[in-house]
Amino acid sequence: MTWVSVATGLLLFAGVFFYAAGTVGLLRFPDPAARLHALTKADHLGLAFIALAAALEWGSVAIAAKIAAVWLLAIMAAGTSAQLMARVTRQDHSDEP
Amino acid sequence: MTAAFELILCLMILGTACVALLVRDFLAAIAFFVVFGNLMGLAWLALGAVNVALAEIAIGAGVTGVLLILTRGRLLALGEQIDGNPLGHWLNLGAAVVCSAFAVVLGAAVLSIAPDDGLAPVIDRLMPRIGVENPVTGVLLAFRAYDTLLESFVLLGALVAVWSLAPADAWPRAPAALRMTDPAALNVAESFGRLVLPIALVVAAYLVWVGSDRPGGAFQGGTVLAGGFLLAAMGGAMGLPRSDDPAFRWTLVAGPLVFLAIGLAGMALGRFLAYPEGMAKALIVTIEYFLAFSIGVTLALLVAGPPVRAETVP
Repeated sequence: MTWVSVATGLLLFAGVFFYAAGTVGLLRFPDPAARLHALTKADHLGLAFIALAAALEWGSVAIAAKIAAVWLLAIMAAGTSAQLMARVTRQDHSDEP
Repeated sequence: MTAAFELILCLMILGTACVALLVRDFLAAIAFFVVFGNLMGLAWLALGAVNVALAEIAIGAGVTGVLLILTRGRLLALGEQIDGNPLGHWLNLGAAVVCSAFAVVLGAAVLSIAPDDGLAPVIDRLMPRIGVENPVTGVLLAFRAYDTLLESFVLLGALVAVWSLAPADAWPRAPAALRMTDPAALNVAESFGRLVLPIALVVAAYLVWVGSDRPGGAFQGGTVLAGGFLLAAMGGAMGLPRSDDPAFRWTLVAGPLVFLAIGLAGMALGRFLAYPEGMAKALIVTIEYFLAFSIGVTLALLVAGPPVRAETVP
């Protein structure tokens, strides 16, 4: 067992842990803003750990750069969609009497 | 480990398919359909069919999901009752019987193909002659180019069908603007759209280029392009063209036209869609770039919908 496989395993474990935390938050948090918070932040931290694990597993700088680009795009998309969804839910609430 | 993963994947695919069919809420059904499409993409990946996986996730889950959500929005705007189950029991049962029979026939047909049906060696022997290394691209643009040519026209036909739904006095205006109405939301969407559009252009060009040797291709690249166009339009960074804009119409037909022209030029060599020896790869890449651009614009316009009377109608 090399240190790379140990590190990959640990990173994958951390990634799955944050995904699980995000999912629990999505299911248990009381209001939409908190649920969005769980989905975007915890899940994308989890994605970061899994991306790191994948990059380490391949061991190539070019592939690591591609994975980093995918992760950056994913967090920017998540941030944007979370902003837009939060606005929609706030408008829905302010429409209520 | 792999067997366990594949078993769980199969169960999740069947489960999401059942939920998508049976859940009464239309929006939940669409959400499960999109999840189903992504899981199907994973299944194709597990089978080693990366091209199909890309197409399934981008078009099967992505574009189709967006179209379904927009359909729901337009039906709701018309005041239609869309949730619940409007069909009678007998109609449901009939549909279930017909679909099951179809699935059985399809399954039997797939299982009847022998793993060594002799096609793969034929393709492998012919691949070096077209200079392309991705066998899927070889099949799509050389050995079965006829199918792909027709597909590109089908997509154009779909857009014509959508346009034919435009009210008479709206023709030939632009489709309803996609830009967000809320100023703060527009601000967020605009910065993201401006950021994503150039990235989408580069990724689409890369996917088409890499498609000749590795997974990728015109449909995958075109879908990425369409996503970039739509995000830019939602952020107001891009307007939607009028339906009679000549430059825009040429863009729509450029892909199929270039494909057809090269195919007809092949007739000079004796056969429709035959490529001259040594020039096959250059011609295939040319066709794919034009196709990807036309597919991107067509898909984006399919999502945008038919022309509308005034600029402000949602």
